Amino acid sequence: MLDQLARLGRSGLDYLASVGRAHLLLLRILQGLSDMLPRPRLLIQQLFSVGVLSVMIIVVSGLFVGMVLGLQGHYVLSKFGAAETLGVMVAASLVRELGPVVTALLFAGRAGSALTAEIGLMKATEQLSGLEMMAVDPIKRVLTPRFFAGFIAMPLLAALFSAIGVVGGHLVGVGLLGVDSGAYWSQMQATIDLHEDIFNGVIKSLVFGFTCTWIALYQGYDSLPTSAGVSRATTRTVVHSALAVLGLDFILTALMFGE
Amino acid sequence: MSKEEPLVKIRGLRFQRGARVIFDGVDMDIARGSVTAVMGPSGTGKTTLLKLIGGQLRPSAGSIEFNGQRVHELGHNQLFELRKQMGMLFQSGALLTDLSVFDNVAYPLREHTHLPASMIRKLVLLKLEAVGLRGARELMPAELSGGMARRVALARAIALDPMMVMYDEPFTGQDPISMAVLVKLIHDLNEASRPTSVIVSHDVAETASIAGQIYVISEGKVVAKGTPEAIAASSSEWVQQFMNGLPDGPARFHYPARALAEDLLGGRHA
Repeated sequence: MLDQLARLGRSGLDYLASVGRAHLLLLRILQGLSDMLPRPRLLIQQLFSVGVLSVMIIVVSGLFVGMVLGLQGHYVLSKFGAAETLGVMVAASLVRELGPVVTALLFAGRAGSALTAEIGLMKATEQLSGLEMMAVDPIKRVLTPRFFAGFIAMPLLAALFSAIGVVGGHLVGVGLLGVDSGAYWSQMQATIDLHEDIFNGVIKSLVFGFTCTWIALYQGYDSLPTSAGVSRATTRTVVHSALAVLGLDFILTALMFGE
Repeated sequence: MSKEEPLVKIRGLRFQRGARVIFDGVDMDIARGSVTAVMGPSGTGKTTLLKLIGGQLRPSAGSIEFNGQRVHELGHNQLFELRKQMGMLFQSGALLTDLSVFDNVAYPLREHTHLPASMIRKLVLLKLEAVGLRGARELMPAELSGGMARRVALARAIALDPMMVMYDEPFTGQDPISMAVLVKLIHDLNEASRPTSVIVSHDVAETASIAGQIYVISEGKVVAKGTPEAIAASSSEWVQQFMNGLPDGPARFHYPARALAEDLLGGRHA
């Protein structure tokens, strides 16, 4: 009984220590901003590997999600004779929810796991120690550009996801199911609000970009420098990011759209 | 700082990881311009000692001075400034895998100097020439053999002409030719520019051939120190076992366990 209590206490303390280390790491990453600004190439390189290389999965997923929304939306709306409002339903679903959330989940799976594995392997192969001994701070040089690349790339990828999704909805709704094209676009234009819908969606994806990239970098930097350690850290990145995104989405939605 | 003062002065060093004591009251002097070897069996904390000297770890007690500065008391920025005077050759090479051989060697020069690109190119080619890999400058680390990677790492470690170069197990896992090349490189480097060198190794013959002073450590303490000849002539049974590679002696062949018969005939558990 006492042993179990001690184990519980120890794991609680370990968890708190881990949260503390993650926040200290975040602080040092943010402090690295002044060091990164005179070296924009570092950020551009990371924007490419974190952002540009994620474009394909975002485009394909966005298209299919938009097409499914078109099919399902038409099924429900046509029952109430409101099939012309399909564009509003597709766009609102994407811009408010699915764009930021699904993009963040895909980002965690593709870019987040890659970041964790990269940092973890750099640690395991002593590259981070090597930088330290060359009097180069690995947090400033390696982690900070990756963090800001993730933070910047996420809203851009989410915007792309939503835009492609709207096109996917149009392909199915207008092309296959016979919704009027003019009604699809004009209803959307009249109803979707720049501040209420689009800005709130952008805020969500900024929060998700911050969180997912932070989790990915922390897990990589804190991983055990072994193959099993890096593998576990990569799994943790995907699981923790997905849970954080879904939890934060509920909180943000309640704050933004709750009555 | 007088020329006679050792470059690295370690006094009463104690370091522990959790309950395990790695060093307990270690005193060590590393003379300027010398080649000092730290030897001992695997797991005695030789790499840890280099990390303590480089300020990557902090001692539990005692002091470590480098060129008159107490390493463990320095702040973040001062420590990074101090490391510009140190070069370190990691056992794995620790080359940046997304940069070519040339860019790896140029990395510290680009980070810490304002030299023009043409000057950096010349310096990098000279360093690569010194390790015999000028022709491999376009290769990526994944295309190098283990010995070549270590030579590139050596070129990078000496890129800034540091006061001290630390070698972490430079000969481990090398074929006889690569090992001979590395021994020659370290020897020639020391003859040419006389940096202070610290070699951590358990390769007895190779290390003894280039070291001026040897410290043998075991179970957290310095068990012998002196010139290679003095160490070879040591009367300590433990030192003799280590230097001559004997399988049994004061350092037991068997990990502590209960009697074999008791184990075989005893319980069902592992």
